Amino acid sequence: MRNFGKQSTVAVAGKYLALGFYVAFALFPLYWLAKIAVTPDKLIFTDGTALVPSSFTFENFRTVLLHTDFLAYFRNSLVVSLGTAAITTCIAAAAGYAFSRFDFRGKRLIIAAMLITQMFPLLMIIAPIYKIVAAVGLLNSLTSLIIVYTAFNIPFATFLMQSFFDGIPKDLEEAGMIDGCTRFQALRKIILPLTLPGLAATLGFIFTAAWSELLFALMLINSNDTMTFPVGLLTFVSKFSVDWGQMMAAGVLALVPSCLFFIFIQRYLVQGLTSGAVKG
Amino acid sequence: MARIELQNITKAYGSVEVMRDIDLTIEDGEFLVLVGPSGCGKSTLLRMIAGLEPITGGEFLINGERMNEVPPRDRDMAMVFQSYALYPHMDVARNMGFSLEIRKSGSEERDRKVGEAAKTLGLTALTKRLPKALSGGQRQRVAMGRAIVRDPSAFLFDEPLSNLDAALRVEMRLEIARMHQRLAATMIYVTHDQVEALTLADRIVVLNAGKIQQVGTPLDLYESPANKFVAQFIGSPTMNILSVEQNSNGIQLKDGTVLQMAGTPDKDSVSELGVRPEHLNIVSPEKAHLSGVAELVEHLGSDTNIHAKVPGVGQVLVRQHGHYPLKAGEPVDIALDLDKTHLFDQKGRRLAA
Ligand SMILES: Nc1ncnc2c1ncn2[C@@H]1O[C@H](COP(=O)(O)OP(=O)(O)OP(=O)(O)O)[C@@H](O)[C@H]1O
Ligand SMILES: [Mg+2]
Repeated sequence: MRNFGKQSTVAVAGKYLALGFYVAFALFPLYWLAKIAVTPDKLIFTDGTALVPSSFTFENFRTVLLHTDFLAYFRNSLVVSLGTAAITTCIAAAAGYAFSRFDFRGKRLIIAAMLITQMFPLLMIIAPIYKIVAAVGLLNSLTSLIIVYTAFNIPFATFLMQSFFDGIPKDLEEAGMIDGCTRFQALRKIILPLTLPGLAATLGFIFTAAWSELLFALMLINSNDTMTFPVGLLTFVSKFSVDWGQMMAAGVLALVPSCLFFIFIQRYLVQGLTSGAVKG
Repeated sequence: MARIELQNITKAYGSVEVMRDIDLTIEDGEFLVLVGPSGCGKSTLLRMIAGLEPITGGEFLINGERMNEVPPRDRDMAMVFQSYALYPHMDVARNMGFSLEIRKSGSEERDRKVGEAAKTLGLTALTKRLPKALSGGQRQRVAMGRAIVRDPSAFLFDEPLSNLDAALRVEMRLEIARMHQRLAATMIYVTHDQVEALTLADRIVVLNAGKIQQVGTPLDLYESPANKFVAQFIGSPTMNILSVEQNSNGIQLKDGTVLQMAGTPDKDSVSELGVRPEHLNIVSPEKAHLSGVAELVEHLGSDTNIHAKVPGVGQVLVRQHGHYPLKAGEPVDIALDLDKTHLFDQKGRRLAA
């Protein structure tokens, strides 16, 4: 046992070293983002690649919040991302449950069709989508973005939800139905609580995907009122002749909702709720 | 209380028919055990009774009323799953009381019933735990408790003990037997363990390949199996089956030995003879029907199993009570207890002696 303990100290140290290296690697761009955001404009180029800026300022944040349309972009993005995440997750949960639990005619066909939609590069369908959206008069509206994002994300979200439902033994809802539940009650009282981690994961995934989507937002939106955040960021390039400091400050602010969102759902993500359901 | 009738039940998955001609009446308060090899349709039959699996054809009656299309919740049956199927997000007490919660019974009544069941099953100290913090045996008890609390008219068990170790299995078997005595409810119990079947059952149903082979009391099945399948399935170790033919002298074994049996069937359809290991005896050479060599001798303490090779006849297993001093390689002379042999025709049907 003692021998084992010694060996594992080295192993643990190695593991943390590897993890630390990975985290540093992954977070460095974010650090750089934050660094530029707090560096006074006149120092950006003189400081160069120094790891720590020689002086700090929150001027960039103040300007972004008070003197640009940032807050409007932010609100638009929030509406689009939350809307997309909520609608997609609801539809995907229902579809995933059906795929996981029922056998029906055309099931394989629908699954195949959904897989095929995932094979095309998005660029290919930008023009048709633009035409459709224009034809129904939804250009420059957040609704159009929500609809388009939802459509794109449903297949993946459905497969994700299906795999979560597949992970819940069928016995559980059958036991529920024998105990007196209707199928819907069994779904609500037994399956749903166990799927919360899956729902949270799906919500988080779709939210971030929608939050950072640029291509369609750029195509379908060109009025300043309905710009989402990624499109809005580009205005820093044109309007202020690449104002790095403000752009980075806006970027830092844009990270906030994603972070909050994941802090909120992470306890569901790590909950191994299904353990102990069946024999073990 | 429930009298359950299955009339001509069939079950098909798509075009594959997995069960046919199931005719069975389960009397009120009876303990009926379904046995059979893996894949024979035991679980499917139980699930059709529970309402979890649609019935393809035939009539399913509870107390004389057709129930084919009635959903599980209205059949008043409790089921214990092989996997236990405890709700992982509910503590033990809520797991046991869930059926009452769904039926909107008062929380006082619920607490009382759950408390009683927990006490009977020795779970009182665990009522606040989640299933994941329980041992396999404790989970099994909770699953039983969940069934008891409901006070249903019938209990269904699908191999409830197969995930337990041997000692715990014996203990829970007794627990279930006691439970049946106390509650006097109809119980249908699926197992592939014939010891469970023989010890618990009022009647046993032997299934094979989706068909009922025989229905009877444990003793019926042991003493007068309807066919070779039942004869070999019930009883441990397995019955010896020897090829024979019938001629004017009587029943002749493949090595030429003629057995003089009273009341041999007069049809010359006899094809095989079955005799249980415990109905073979090691005797002196002049009294023997079969002579061979012991290939393997298993000393079990209470019994000795002797695997003998008899030239011209084949492998024969003899079971002697107690310790029998014999070593592998030694010659053995074996006599059949002729009153306890069974004759089978070419199709494996037993011929009445
Ligand atoms: N969903 C299904 N689709 C097609 N065939 C099925 C399905 N479920 C079961 N079967 C078939 O029905 C037959 C009976 O299965 P069942 O589960 O009732 O066997 P069992 O007697 O309970 O076996 P075991 O002892 O292994 O549990 C098997 O041959 C099985 O392959
Ligand atoms: Mg089974």
